[in-house]
Amino acid sequence: MAFAFKPIELVPQHTNIPFASYFRVCLTISGTLILVTIVLLATLGLNFGIDFRGGTLIEIRTTNGPADIGAIRSNLGGLDLGEVQIQKFGAPEEVLIRIAEQPGGEQAQQEAVDKIQASLGQNVELRRTEVVGATVSSELVQQALIALVLTCLGIFVYVWFRFEWQFALGAVVALFHDVFITVGVFSATQLDFDLTIVAALLTILGYSINDTVVIYDRIRENLRKYKKKPINELINLSVNETLSRTVMTTGTTLLALMALYLFGGEVIRGFTFAILFGIVIGTYSSVFIAAPFLIFLGVKRDWSGVKAPSPGSERRAADV
Amino acid sequence: MLYFDRWKIILIVTIAAGGLLFTLPNLFAPSQLQALPGWMQMRMPLGLDLQGGSHLLLQMNSKELRDDLLESIAGDARQALREARIGYSGLGRAGDEVRVTIRKPEDVETALTKLRDLARPLSSTILGGSGRDLEVERGEGNVIRLRPSPAALTQRVSAALGSSIETIRRRIDALGTTEPTIQRQGEDRILLQVPGFDDPARLKTIVGQTAKLTFHLVDQTMSASEAISSRPPPGSAVYESTEAGAPPYLLQKRTIVSGEDLVDAQPTFDRRTNEPVVSFRFDSSGAQRFARVTKENVGRPFAIVLDDKVISAPVIREPILGGSGQISGNFSVQEANNLAILLRSGALPASLQVIEERSVGASLGADSIEAGKVAGVIAFVAVVAFMIGGYGLFGIFAVVALIVNVGLIIATLSLLQATLTLPGIAGIALTMGVAVDSNVLIFERIREESRSGKSTILAIEAGFSRAYSTIIDANLTGLLGGIILFWLGVGPVRGFAVTLCIGILASMFTAITLTRLLIVEWLRITRPQTVPI
Repeated sequence: MAFAFKPIELVPQHTNIPFASYFRVCLTISGTLILVTIVLLATLGLNFGIDFRGGTLIEIRTTNGPADIGAIRSNLGGLDLGEVQIQKFGAPEEVLIRIAEQPGGEQAQQEAVDKIQASLGQNVELRRTEVVGATVSSELVQQALIALVLTCLGIFVYVWFRFEWQFALGAVVALFHDVFITVGVFSATQLDFDLTIVAALLTILGYSINDTVVIYDRIRENLRKYKKKPINELINLSVNETLSRTVMTTGTTLLALMALYLFGGEVIRGFTFAILFGIVIGTYSSVFIAAPFLIFLGVKRDWSGVKAPSPGSERRAADV
Repeated sequence: MLYFDRWKIILIVTIAAGGLLFTLPNLFAPSQLQALPGWMQMRMPLGLDLQGGSHLLLQMNSKELRDDLLESIAGDARQALREARIGYSGLGRAGDEVRVTIRKPEDVETALTKLRDLARPLSSTILGGSGRDLEVERGEGNVIRLRPSPAALTQRVSAALGSSIETIRRRIDALGTTEPTIQRQGEDRILLQVPGFDDPARLKTIVGQTAKLTFHLVDQTMSASEAISSRPPPGSAVYESTEAGAPPYLLQKRTIVSGEDLVDAQPTFDRRTNEPVVSFRFDSSGAQRFARVTKENVGRPFAIVLDDKVISAPVIREPILGGSGQISGNFSVQEANNLAILLRSGALPASLQVIEERSVGASLGADSIEAGKVAGVIAFVAVVAFMIGGYGLFGIFAVVALIVNVGLIIATLSLLQATLTLPGIAGIALTMGVAVDSNVLIFERIREESRSGKSTILAIEAGFSRAYSTIIDANLTGLLGGIILFWLGVGPVRGFAVTLCIGILASMFTAITLTRLLIVEWLRITRPQTVPI
């Protein structure tokens, strides 16, 4: 069986990029991004969806041509519903309306929906309504935070057991970096931050750790193989050796996600956007942050047996 | 390493073929599947976001239950003290407990014994929650305090939740919709999902109403407005009308008959006025009581009360002996229909509050399915092209593994009857991108080993064995995130977590077994000199 096609190598055989020497630059970039995120969160904050804030969301579609956002806005403005957010949602006929939780319990929420429906008139189809009460929304915030923290903790423990504590710390720092900057993007763009975005953040955790672990695995292997090689050379070697895999897997994942982002519909666009961004930043952090971070933390060099870590690595670790 | 015995090959091929076989039903319309046996008709159930429908999260008002419980404790205590001829005063609720003051100090001990006899042992639970349902203590002076035990309250809420679920099921079934999901959530919540029913407003009127129906005599000793300005006579109370702006009524608190005595209720039209009404029929004891009271009170009005609001208060023209009647109250046809459903299904033990509501119209659901299909197919084609471009022949092996992988996900979802949601479709598409990772790890390793001068066979063998620990480490951490997401997630997010976890497991399986089998067979047949990647 002859197969005449020669595969394309995206990463040439003897690629040797000095990743470790970019560590300082990347650290500065990432540090700046994290600072910007902190400032954004403190000033702009997040545009929480109704999942986390309580309130009502209504998706409508006009049946007589494109929706007139201005008319809808002035129509609903007179209803005395407090803060009303109106935005286009995908097709020009589709509009998303959000109102804050109405005072006066369950009845008041339904009355608000009825009022909106009445004021929009006949040529409007209600595609989706979501009403989330304050009790539920506060529980969801709590659950989301617990999920994020537990996942990070679980990953820390797993990597610690399979590798060393330096690897675990490096992995979790990279994860934190990915999630935090993704949250920063949501603050900067003021895209809706709802429960599906939290799911996206957890997916980013899963993907980014996958990437990091593959590189760490190679570092560990090379630590056993080259006992005397300087650590930064060793890390460069490991990242370069796994670079082809990183490019291939990131490539297929991004292709699949681009398809989802472009064709998967408006309802999950925020969700796919978060994962898309998170995977790019996750790949970056695995290569440029998590791997060189080990130089910074100092790793055990003697992997031959069960002996205690060498005094050198102990001291370097203590300096941090 | 590079050898499979026959049984392993059969097992791997069977699993792969099984995955593809159980995926097939999802590609056809249900009507086309009729001819197949039942086990071949298992399709992934679609989530509400894909087929349209309503989702309500209801919370039981446990305060109401506690109030009822305290009322009944006060009633029992009153009776017990009367039977024992012990003088008392100030019997009533005080916050979370019932208090009573015994007149004579020498009676306090006897009263305590009598009241303690009221406590019933709790039906023991698996957790060994024995004990009694009532705590009786002596307070300051001659005061005795009665408090329902926390376990008794919990049991009551739990029982009430159970019977609420039954009642809701009867009400939803009466709407004629298909396959509602009604689940207990936590201690005091009910999750209700009704596929294909996207009118949450009607759903809420059907589900949210306690629907406690009672019949009372109207108290004519004074007018309702007098009763409000002074105070109502003992045994009577002021009830509002269901109609906004209508005057309130003064009714005797004692109920003549209640919804529990009904055996049937149907929406119908009044023969004379032709307006929508609800006709009802009492059971025999209810009919007897109703007959006796109406016989004694001809010419006086009685009131039909639903959830403490008066629907109507007709005058009794003649004794109603047949045990049936009708309720009129300016209903629309749908209102009469709703009320009949509520009365037939019985009352809820306490009111339920809607704390979360999500409904999706069928058109949005259909659009989402379409978008999901398009995105899935494009993702698949893109990944296939990328893999074949990057790895040539081995890329084709990976694509075969990917097809089986997607098949296994869909088959597992179908067999588990796990609901497919829009994020679930995203999960499958994302898995396509990530699933090839295990193969990528193996192929890259083979490439490296072959470059370091190993022969084809040795390079492939080393490639597989070295890549394993990386595959395990990388996937287990991903799985960890998926499990936590499933554990804490709600609704559609859960669907995403399920597909993600199944996808990870399936991709580990296909990479470790199927791809290897394909490569081993290829090696055996062609005996290549070089590795083609």
